Amino acid sequence: MLASLATLTPPRATPSPRAMATTAHPHNRQQIVLPAPLPLDCGAVLDGVVVAYEAYGALNAVRDNAVLLCHALTMDQYVASPHPVTGKPGWWDRVVGPGLTIDTDRYFVICANVLGSCMGSTGPASADPGTGKPYAMRFPVVTIADMVRAQMALLDMLGIDRLHAVVGGSMGGMQALALAAHYPARVDRALIIASAARHSAQNIAFHEVGRQAIMADPAWHGGDYAARGAVPSKGLSVARMAAHITYLSEAGLTEKFGRRLQDRDVKTFGFDADFQIESYLRHQGISFVDRFDANSYLYITRAMDYFDLAEPHGGRLAEAFRGSPVKFALISFDSDWLYPTAESRRIVQALHAAGAQASFVELSSPFGHDAFLLDSPELWQLISGFVEAER
Amino acid sequence: MNGVALRADLALIAAQVPAGARVLDVGCGDGTLMAALRRSRGVDARGLELDPANVAAAMAQGLAVVQGDADRDLADYPDDSFDIAILSQTLQTTHRPDRVIGELLRIAPRAFVSFPNFAHWRVRWSLMWNGRMPVTSELPVSWYATPNIHHLTVRDFSGFADERGLAIEGSWFLAGGRPIGAAGANWRAEQAVFGLRRA
Repeated sequence: MLASLATLTPPRATPSPRAMATTAHPHNRQQIVLPAPLPLDCGAVLDGVVVAYEAYGALNAVRDNAVLLCHALTMDQYVASPHPVTGKPGWWDRVVGPGLTIDTDRYFVICANVLGSCMGSTGPASADPGTGKPYAMRFPVVTIADMVRAQMALLDMLGIDRLHAVVGGSMGGMQALALAAHYPARVDRALIIASAARHSAQNIAFHEVGRQAIMADPAWHGGDYAARGAVPSKGLSVARMAAHITYLSEAGLTEKFGRRLQDRDVKTFGFDADFQIESYLRHQGISFVDRFDANSYLYITRAMDYFDLAEPHGGRLAEAFRGSPVKFALISFDSDWLYPTAESRRIVQALHAAGAQASFVELSSPFGHDAFLLDSPELWQLISGFVEAER
Repeated sequence: MNGVALRADLALIAAQVPAGARVLDVGCGDGTLMAALRRSRGVDARGLELDPANVAAAMAQGLAVVQGDADRDLADYPDDSFDIAILSQTLQTTHRPDRVIGELLRIAPRAFVSFPNFAHWRVRWSLMWNGRMPVTSELPVSWYATPNIHHLTVRDFSGFADERGLAIEGSWFLAGGRPIGAAGANWRAEQAVFGLRRA
């Protein structure tokens, strides 16, 4: 296994014996089948788990230049390559690449589609090997720790014992935190952006609205829409619309849309999308359905709701990081009300109590939670500084 | 310090820090002192700094710096989590200097504190002859814009230490960026550095 991976170089990896390379792409696009069953937090064990990932750059001879990027809820592994469905550029293609903030000339950058998602990794839309039919709601409930466990199994297969860094924003930050907490010997640095160590009641509340919207759609069919040839597009759209509001800020919405009307001069005295913000949200909802699976949305939001790193330690978050050798950095945004600065500060406080090395900065941005995905030289400088700094 | 010129008060403090110590630098700026301590003495230095641009600069050097406020965020650090706490040129900018010093000596058994001496003769001169708040090399900002909200003198500080039963382990004085003797420090010194130990 290790020997075959020693030759891992761009633009295409030498596939491991278990790996099935998909169609040709200019970079490493792979799906790997995990060699062993994956035990889950809920007690279930998943067989034949597929992990789809993208990789950029080359793993060096001593295998110490790997950077794992963890993606957010509705993102995917297409960090710096065009999305296969939408054709849009990667979600961090201005950050990850040769000579960029996370420099693929120096680092071997990996991003895997999370367990439970729908972009090539095993999730509720995958076929249950037992029945040959999609799991749908028979898919076990997965957690953030399960997602991390699947990614660690991928790293095992790639022959990477120790990551130079793990970096993630939002749900990606939760994975980065969980990875550092559960596998402290396998990562040097963890960068957590616009994230939290637990889901708050408000976070859970918004997710529940989204899930109820999906499940209230008659086309959902108890999750078996694929078998019925249906798509719960209305429910998933509404879920996305509600969630999208939480990614923005009032100031940002006011600046971008205000009370401006959409393609009209006067109100219609009806329920058409009179306002630009309505039109924008409807568009966000509709386009989301094209690229995302409704059941995956249920499972991944559930995983986030269940996330609370302090829970196994009687609520004492510091215990999750006791004696950790990992170097942590946290970045929050002042207008992010989904994962507000207070949540990052709570993590910093716990890291101090645990004696771990921590850096923290709150950046100013009018764009709310989404700020971490937007062009921000200030953020990028922090990322490159932290990732590149010697220990 | 490896050819890097530290500000005079920082150089004085750095010389007192034993190799390998765990140090918290409160108001660490861009991390100059932390970097010097790490480089020259293998010190495990952590920092707290108010200005996000300074935090970013420190993080880019691989230093562990947290954005925060000495008045509020020192409470986050557990008792005795450091060997030494440093507060350089920050005491006079805090809302409650007494509480900040209390926090420093809760977090670490030893602390170094440096501050501009408001009883320096130039300051006295400005007040006495011009009747105006002084603007000097050590206090360069006019009264309405200065971050210094609790001016103090060498004598004030030693009086405070006595009052609180804090042991002064050492004191150093600077004028024109150079060390001067302790004699007449309250009117001769532009800056003072005190080493404190928890009573």
